Amino acid sequence: MSQTITGAEIVVRCLAEEKVDFVFGYPGGAVLNIYDEIFKQDKFKHVLVRHEQAAVHAADAYSRSSQRIGVCLVTSGPGVTNAVTGIATAYMDSIPMVILSGQVPTAYIGQDAFQECDTVGITRPCVKHNFLVKDVRDLASTIKKAFYIASTGRPGPVLVDIPKDVTINSCKFEYPETISMRSYNPAGKGHSGQIKKAVQLLLDAKRPMIYTGGGVVLNDAAPQLTKLVRLLGAPVTNTLMGLGGYPATDPQYLGMPGMHGTFEANQAMQDCDVLLAVGARFDDRVIGNPGHFFREGRKIIHIDIDPSSISKRVKVDVPIVGYVRDVLDEMIAQVQATDKRPDAAALKAWWTRIKEWQSRNCLKYKASDELIKPQFVVEKLYEITGGDAIVTSDVGQHQMWAAQYYKFDKPRRWINSGGLGTMGVGLPYAMGVQLANPDATVACITGEASIQMCIQELSTCKQYHIPVKIINLNNRYLGMVRQWQEFFYGNRHAESYMNALPDFVKLAEAYGHHGIKVEKPGDVEGALREAFKHKEKLYFLDFITDQTENVFPMVPGGKGLTEMILAEDL
Amino acid sequence: MRHILSILLENEPGALSRVVGLFSARGYNIDSLSVATTEDTTMSRMTIVTHGSDDIIEQITKQLNKLIEVVKVVDITEGNHIERELMLVKVRASGKDRDEMKRMADIFRGRILDVTDKSYTIELTGNSDKLDAFIAAIEPGTILETVRTGASGIGRGERILKI
Ligand SMILES: Cc1cc2nc3c(=O)[nH]c(=O)nc-3n(C[C@H](O)[C@H](O)[C@H](O)COP(=O)(O)OP(=O)(O)OC[C@H]3O[C@@H](n4cnc5c(N)ncnc54)[C@H](O)[C@@H]3O)c2cc1C
Ligand SMILES: Cc1ncc(C[n+]2csc(CCOP(=O)(O)OP(=O)(O)O)c2C)c(N)n1
Ligand SMILES: [Mg+2]
Repeated sequence: MSQTITGAEIVVRCLAEEKVDFVFGYPGGAVLNIYDEIFKQDKFKHVLVRHEQAAVHAADAYSRSSQRIGVCLVTSGPGVTNAVTGIATAYMDSIPMVILSGQVPTAYIGQDAFQECDTVGITRPCVKHNFLVKDVRDLASTIKKAFYIASTGRPGPVLVDIPKDVTINSCKFEYPETISMRSYNPAGKGHSGQIKKAVQLLLDAKRPMIYTGGGVVLNDAAPQLTKLVRLLGAPVTNTLMGLGGYPATDPQYLGMPGMHGTFEANQAMQDCDVLLAVGARFDDRVIGNPGHFFREGRKIIHIDIDPSSISKRVKVDVPIVGYVRDVLDEMIAQVQATDKRPDAAALKAWWTRIKEWQSRNCLKYKASDELIKPQFVVEKLYEITGGDAIVTSDVGQHQMWAAQYYKFDKPRRWINSGGLGTMGVGLPYAMGVQLANPDATVACITGEASIQMCIQELSTCKQYHIPVKIINLNNRYLGMVRQWQEFFYGNRHAESYMNALPDFVKLAEAYGHHGIKVEKPGDVEGALREAFKHKEKLYFLDFITDQTENVFPMVPGGKGLTEMILAEDL
Repeated sequence: MRHILSILLENEPGALSRVVGLFSARGYNIDSLSVATTEDTTMSRMTIVTHGSDDIIEQITKQLNKLIEVVKVVDITEGNHIERELMLVKVRASGKDRDEMKRMADIFRGRILDVTDKSYTIELTGNSDKLDAFIAAIEPGTILETVRTGASGIGRGERILKI
């Protein structure tokens, strides 16, 4: 006679089987049985957040900053609806994670029971897949499927909704070793013939350009990318999601493309004759107006695991469906196997043009002795952390300055919300990162508006001794909104001003942390050094920055990539 | 261009709403949809009639394939195929209209399924154009009620959609 165990025990056993070491969550009626089993086990730690949104963000960042899968657990009804922003954020950036949610007992479903909501229905459009488990005998295999689906193909969040009676009922526990699904078989290595065509095009190119994105980071393909870029001698740009995919301090790197990308990256995107896109999805923030982006004669090669990313916004000449890493490996092998070499004379001429673009020095800003420039704070942060911190960010101007001025040489060091652009992620992201990387230096670059969207997590940081450093670029404005109002709405600041701000130093102290308010450029470095000296403490650095500073370059919405506004134009 | 997509999907609760949700979320059109289980009861077959440019149809197909429960998608309008739709139409059939209505049903190879002294209920099958043509051919004022299943389709000859 084999032993049976309850659904709640099965949940805990499955997580142990998956070698989960942290679960981020918040309890409630529907998940009490699961929590009781969590109490009894010691395989993984549970992190009690202060709001379910933060549980999802933290699990998401845990994934982003490691090669493991973040897990979170929320209760039915409001627990789930609070989690939705986090789930949608992870979905837009293709982050693998598993969300477990409690549900009312199966017999109550559909009866407007206490804390009931249609979780599968509400989350359907923002998950890779979701399940409602109605029979305890399906529980283990469903959780296995959830981990499998989340982490294969184009990754994404998967939710498993578990009614309370399923956590009480018992059955024999068997965790499947492998999963095979007739309806889900993510593509594999990429078509050799297509890869060959791509290599030919690249070797024949006069003005090659390599544009890479989140896919390179997600697939841990940075070494392959670096090798191929060096072999080809081509310039390279990383999207906001792809930063660190290629070392930012390398001479072949042109900076980020797009709306707030560099002059040289955008010019090269537009003027190249062969564009190789690697795990990037031609986002509207990257290519601007698609009509303007189109160039007669320019050939586009696109490597992506998701066929629906290919030729979605931009028509592609050589589509390659496959894992970035495998495809790059084969491209490298093919380049090395042929005698053909890139056209050195053409490349030289191409680089001469690029150097002209670079000489515009588009990220230059006016230094000041009176006002703290936000760019200056990021530069100092880079200096003091030796470029070695994992940096999380919120959403707004500060996010762009972080992306532009902190040079990421390695992947999984830049953690932000690109696709959904969710204000409030910064602090919970920093928590997830620190727990996944206990020895890392973690900095959260934020704004006075964004930080207040999940500020309650300072309490979680206290409970679990999470010593992140918060770099608040406090411009007393919804700065990104104010910038658009200045440029496109006659400088009318409709609801973009934040008065009645809290005293952030006192707030940090109230939560049991340390804070420093910094008002002069001369004090920036000292404050940073002080904060980073205390490895074991959370510091909240409130930098009172120049309120009028804007992010440049900027491609206005609907404009073409080469129609940038530069700081020097104004 | 009008396209008929045939979709094999897992016969699981919620699979249908994923497909329908995809169309509404991405702004694609559904002109008609019909679905039922196949001879293998773990699988359903759905026929969706849609229209859009080639780029849009390509995206629809790719997005459908991405749904975890979708096993296979084929655009059967890409090759020779057979398309049929069923319509039940209740019409006024009294006085001089009565004979005329019977004759129209015959011309369109319809069958009269139910008769009262004032009405006929006619069953018609054919491709969707033919059903439209019938509606256009009879006096609009005589139509009391119509119900259509939406098209279902199958490839001709050796073209088979199966796993
Ligand atoms: C305020 C604000 C301003 C922004 N400004 C800019 C800007 O100026 N420049 C900029 O670049 N972005 C900007 N963004 C971000 C932008 O919105 C997009 O999120 C981002 O550009 C998308 O990056 P990506 O193309 O790398 O795609 P991702 O969203 O990272 O998608 C990854 C792609 O790779 C594929 N993929 C995943 N895994 C694999 C694998 N293993 N193998 C193959 N393929 C894989 C996926 O299918 C997908 O197509 C901004 C965001 C905000 C909030
Ligand atoms: C949840 C959410 N609400 C609204 C927005 C729109 N939005 C984008 S940036 C921004 C202002 C952010 O202000 P702050 O955090 O102070 O950053 P700053 O731009 O000033 O650096 C707003 C409101 C958003 N991205 N997310
Ligand atoms: Mg601000």
